Amino acid sequence: MILAIIVGMSIVTIVPRFIPAFIVGKVKFPNWMNRWLNAVPYAALGALIFPGIMNVIPERPWLGILGGAAAILISFFGVNVIFAVIGAIVTVYLLNTYNVLDLFQFLGV
Amino acid sequence: MEAKTLEENCTTASKLALIRDGAIAGFPIFLGYLPIAITYGVLASQAGLSISELTLMSVLVFAGAAQFMGAQMIMAGSGLLEIVVATFVLNFRHFVMSLSFMNRLKPLSFKSKFALSFGLTDETFTVSSLHPNEARMPHGALFYASLILVSYFSWVGGSFLGGMLGEIIPDRLSQSMGIALYAMFIGLLVPSVKKEWRIGLIAVVSMLINYLFMINGVSDGWAIVIATVLASFLGVFFLKEAEDE
Repeated sequence: MILAIIVGMSIVTIVPRFIPAFIVGKVKFPNWMNRWLNAVPYAALGALIFPGIMNVIPERPWLGILGGAAAILISFFGVNVIFAVIGAIVTVYLLNTYNVLDLFQFLGV
Repeated sequence: MEAKTLEENCTTASKLALIRDGAIAGFPIFLGYLPIAITYGVLASQAGLSISELTLMSVLVFAGAAQFMGAQMIMAGSGLLEIVVATFVLNFRHFVMSLSFMNRLKPLSFKSKFALSFGLTDETFTVSSLHPNEARMPHGALFYASLILVSYFSWVGGSFLGGMLGEIIPDRLSQSMGIALYAMFIGLLVPSVKKEWRIGLIAVVSMLINYLFMINGVSDGWAIVIATVLASFLGVFFLKEAEDE
């Protein structure tokens, strides 16, 4: 039964992935559609980041936001993506371990 | 004769360079996938899947969120049809992404495009899309293949490790590492926004549409599809020559 579920999940995941390979070869898209498709990665990035980022530590959504802020800051310097990834992990880890947010709450901020 | 050997050497060198560059571009995905894959392995084995079953799911499905959902639904005793339909809805965004990806890979042969399409995930798609030039190089498919395979091995290997060894990463660390892929998405977006602020507008509009649909009870899968399709439509007006070749 589990095997059937896995195969079923595989089929409905893979078919939508490869159908466009057939479409793109057959149809010549008008220019506006190429522009549309070229913007898809940026729109996808937006939708993948938010609001999902608030669920990194579900009970403390602000940690995700702060980790994201660290990533934005680091990325601004034009360094490799990997530094943004590491910086964000360190930020979330420190904030999650040392309860800096609780401290803010304690101070009434 | 000698000239030919030299030429062959050159192609071998450039092929190796493409493979290496693809692996470097895929490394952030490798790092981001690993803790998530291990967590999936742990969760799936708790849900009652055997090591071979949970690894097979990673081999055949290769889609993080859907596999978490699948494992949870199996644990909850959901039926085959229910799980398959939910997976379809959650992963349908890959159709939109693949359309964009394949369009960028137009210069590649059909065979290459077809093979690469199997490896499309949110992460391999977004990283590949920001490396459009390789598609126009000879043997450029190797770059994308290498990027995808690095990610794939991390996903499959991590799932297996998670199932085998259980929680090998301390809870708090693996929780914190959940930010990794989001940080990667941000790290991909920011340089593009610096070059063209309208790209940032497209992304923010997409975030807001996604959020609005989600808080109104639309499933994550459809909300992401709708947000991606609608917000990217702004590109028709915004991205004039900048992105067109």
